Amino acid sequence: MKMSVRNLVKSYGNHTVLNGISLEIAEGTVVTLIGPSGSGKSTLLRCLNLLEPIDDGEVFLDGEDISLPGLDANPIRQRVGMVFQSFNLFPHMTVMENIILSPTRTRGVAKAAARVKALELLERFGLADKAGAYPDQLSGGQQQRVAIVRALAVEPEVLLLDEITSSLDPELVSEVLDVVRELKSTGMTIVLATHEMGFARDTSDLVCVLDGGRIIEQGPPSQVFTAPQSERAQLFLQRIIASGRL
Amino acid sequence: MVTTTSRRAAYEKTRKRRSIAVAAISSLIVVAAIVILVPQMPRWDRVRTSFFNGEVFRDSFPRLLDAFVLDVKIFLWSAPAILVLAMLVAMARNSRSPALFPVRVFTIAYTDIMRGVPVLLWIYLIGFGVPGLGLERPWNSPLLWGSVALVLTYASYVAEVFRAGIESIHESQRAAARSLGLTHWQTMRHVVIPQAIRRVVPPLMNDMVSLQKDVALVSLIGPIEILRRAGVDKSKFANFTPYVAAAVIFLCITIPLTRTTDYLLERERRRTTGTRVRS
Ligand SMILES: Nc1ncnc2c1ncn2[C@@H]1O[C@H](COP(=O)(O)OP(=O)(O)O)[C@@H](O)[C@H]1O
Ligand SMILES: [Mg+2]
Repeated sequence: MKMSVRNLVKSYGNHTVLNGISLEIAEGTVVTLIGPSGSGKSTLLRCLNLLEPIDDGEVFLDGEDISLPGLDANPIRQRVGMVFQSFNLFPHMTVMENIILSPTRTRGVAKAAARVKALELLERFGLADKAGAYPDQLSGGQQQRVAIVRALAVEPEVLLLDEITSSLDPELVSEVLDVVRELKSTGMTIVLATHEMGFARDTSDLVCVLDGGRIIEQGPPSQVFTAPQSERAQLFLQRIIASGRL
Repeated sequence: MVTTTSRRAAYEKTRKRRSIAVAAISSLIVVAAIVILVPQMPRWDRVRTSFFNGEVFRDSFPRLLDAFVLDVKIFLWSAPAILVLAMLVAMARNSRSPALFPVRVFTIAYTDIMRGVPVLLWIYLIGFGVPGLGLERPWNSPLLWGSVALVLTYASYVAEVFRAGIESIHESQRAAARSLGLTHWQTMRHVVIPQAIRRVVPPLMNDMVSLQKDVALVSLIGPIEILRRAGVDKSKFANFTPYVAAAVIFLCITIPLTRTTDYLLERERRRTTGTRVRS
């Protein structure tokens, strides 16, 4: 397994947000987290990226426990990239500067080499002419694709995508989802939280339904979307279908 | 299609012309009111001879300008020291490491104490107090310790400005930087502080303009800079014009300073954001 989560517990104060999450993420697969707002999807992804301290349980990366307290999180975060719903590009830097910041600062890659690599990535995702632009000069879809390129420039082994299309205009969603499909085709291990049910059904290898900080249902999309076992998962899917999102 | 476009262009043109006319006329009325009303005040003649005496002005202006060089010097060595010290204090207050807890407490006490006492008092206390310890030349110079007092007080104001700027940067920017593997300090250095500084340029410039003026307070413990020179000339001529001349010299520095900041801010804003709403 590329990543394993065992019995993960996370609370804010006395509000338990993740209540015993266990999850196996196989190398080269796409694992999708769905579930109602507030069910803990973002928190789980942030825990996998070690952005949040956890209260109990373990997280393994290539069999190594990365949730041990006192472990240096920075090198691990370089192996597990993350893209956010609100893009979070650095507004004072150009697209190019955004992308080469981490490679040049954290791994001592020479600026010129980092630029070459960044241009290759930008070209691959149809953004080569935006290298000198500032984030505010780009559309939402372009910003999000830049954010993905920025995460890829660190050469992560796993990519975490937190509702990366949720703040985009509907017509821009597909250009970002295309990027995810392409990444899947290159064998990237991806964990994503999404409300795009059609995309989840077509692209995921494993779908997990979260509710109240627990995984209430998990399995291949064919099973989860057509024959969910738990009652609450059935209810959640009924609401999705009723709202026309599947 | 063609007619709508040209009609719109014509409308924009008249609108622009009209707003220029309104601005010009209203400014003219204000200036006229001042020029006509002020000389009608009962004591205007006396004020004019004792504050706006051309001869005294011409005589003392070069001397004041010479003395002003010292003000500029004090400013030039104090300002960088203030900015560096203030940034260190702001970063210490913002640090989250438990090991730095004592440093945090110290910096809080420092800013509270420095900000709670007038600059002038600190200049007296440090400027007379420290040399009073019996230090040897050149370490007993009131110029040195006056500057130190300025640096310590202003750094506490500017630290608060920096801190507000740092705290105004959204947590999601830190999250993004950390998720890329940057350390806390790399995140501060490349992501948080550059944005924080851009955001606090206006209040920072306010503090720098105040500093440029408060430099004159160092004269109260000895050094002959412009304010003291003006005082000497005032006594010599029994006329207040040297003070007006000094004010003019200050304005020659402070006005370009503020205008330049506004210009730089506007340029930066235009560079990073695409559009602006119509007026
Ligand atoms: N920093 C925080 N402090 C307190 N509560 C939080 C914090 N972040 C998230 N939560 C709470 O945790 C729960 C799960 O949030 P989240 O992981 O964002 O859910 P989702 O991404 O599935 O919508 C919510 O109830 C939310 O209010
Ligand atoms: Mg979320």
